[in-house]
Amino acid sequence: MTSPYPMFSILGMLFGALTIAAGLIWLERRLLALWQDRYGPNRVGPFGLLQVVADGVKIFMKEDWIPPFADKPVFILAPAIIMLTALLSFAVLPVAPGIIISDLNIGLLFVLALSSLGVYSVVLAGWSSNNKYALLGGMRAAAQMISYEVFMGLSLMGVVLQAGSFSLPAIVDAQRELWFVIPQFLGFVLFLIAGLAETRRTPFDLPEAESELVAGYHSEYSGMKFGMFFVGEYLGVTLISAMITVLFFGGWLGPILPPIVWFLLKTLFFISCFILVRASLPRPRFDRLMSWGWKVMLPLALANLIVTGALVLAWR
Amino acid sequence: MISILKTIWYVFLHTFQKRITVQYPEEKPYLAPRYRGRIILSRDPDGGERCVACYLCAVACPVSCIALQATEDEHGRRYPEFFRINFSRCIYCGYCEEACPTYAIQLTPDFEMGEFHRQNLVYEKDDLLINGPGKYPGYNFWRVAGVQIGGKDKGQAEHEAAPVDVHSLLP
Repeated sequence: MTSPYPMFSILGMLFGALTIAAGLIWLERRLLALWQDRYGPNRVGPFGLLQVVADGVKIFMKEDWIPPFADKPVFILAPAIIMLTALLSFAVLPVAPGIIISDLNIGLLFVLALSSLGVYSVVLAGWSSNNKYALLGGMRAAAQMISYEVFMGLSLMGVVLQAGSFSLPAIVDAQRELWFVIPQFLGFVLFLIAGLAETRRTPFDLPEAESELVAGYHSEYSGMKFGMFFVGEYLGVTLISAMITVLFFGGWLGPILPPIVWFLLKTLFFISCFILVRASLPRPRFDRLMSWGWKVMLPLALANLIVTGALVLAWR
Repeated sequence: MISILKTIWYVFLHTFQKRITVQYPEEKPYLAPRYRGRIILSRDPDGGERCVACYLCAVACPVSCIALQATEDEHGRRYPEFFRINFSRCIYCGYCEEACPTYAIQLTPDFEMGEFHRQNLVYEKDDLLINGPGKYPGYNFWRVAGVQIGGKDKGQAEHEAAPVDVHSLLP
């Protein structure tokens, strides 16, 4: 189902993903403002939309400072990794029937693998900054992302069992009768929580925890290198929202409207949910976060997998 | 767990609430009449300067942003030769207004004093003097004070008895 013009869809996906990630800066500020009874940026351009452009120009003009005590090559490499892994994951994302860059038969595993690689960015940034706060942030990120990844993968196995494929378009096609959110509701909740932790969004933003760790792993970053962490985070949010859409909410499936509109609408809805969660919840203590991940979420994910497996076996 | 969901729900309900932001340049905030903003010097109801150049405001000022020089006109009426307030120092505490014995110096509900050059924030007497009595419409210091000036001798002020001729009290 790959498009006949691969360059076209690659450029379209790249442009779309980066535009959405940049637009999220504006959307997040506006939505947070809405939920705090404020207006947010509404001065630059219509509804403040050009605020994104203004921020972009500003961050490009900023001094790009590398601290003399930093490990220079690694320091430069770290922000590139997060952008790379986030953007690569979009390659297997089915936006609409036929609009996909590469229909890998292990697409889901590919996304999980790349999100695991994303940990390197944060850990290396924390390590190479040679700064105690950055290092603490990096270590927290490593512990958090590795332990939440375990049940992130497991929570999706129920979907894979029901669809019988790791390929994302095949998973969407398997939801023609019933979206997987209904039989796999527990899996959906687990994946949502793991996704929040994986993208290091509040309430799981312990790696950057600005009230304790300055800015965590990116304390020492400035200019566009910081901007890349920022865009990488928003790309991650977009990706996780798109994955939720594809895996649990039928991807492009929907009546009347064209498939791509349905996909974008659903993705936008989950992005807004992410922002709503950020607007409402405080950050948990680190040991609680870890014990919650290992002692509650992991057993639940395993139980979900076993029950789904048993039911699928009994059904066939 | 339930409490987390409740929190998210309550935050979501804020979508439908009125925003409390005052969109400033288009929409002005309400400033109380006693708001402490730009400082002015007021005049008597009959148009003369109220300031008697007593220096009390300059003394009361915690940041020493008021400078003035007293002088007298041909009627023996004291007034400031120059009166200068450096608004880049002023902290709008209102102590000068409290110290003023003649209600001359007053703070007004105006804060829009932005300038690009620091020098432009130094206001001279021309900039400070207004053509009205400010917050105290009827008050005229020289008419109630017992001090003698040209056109008003001792004992001619309002509610003031004529001075006693001490020679008439001699036994």
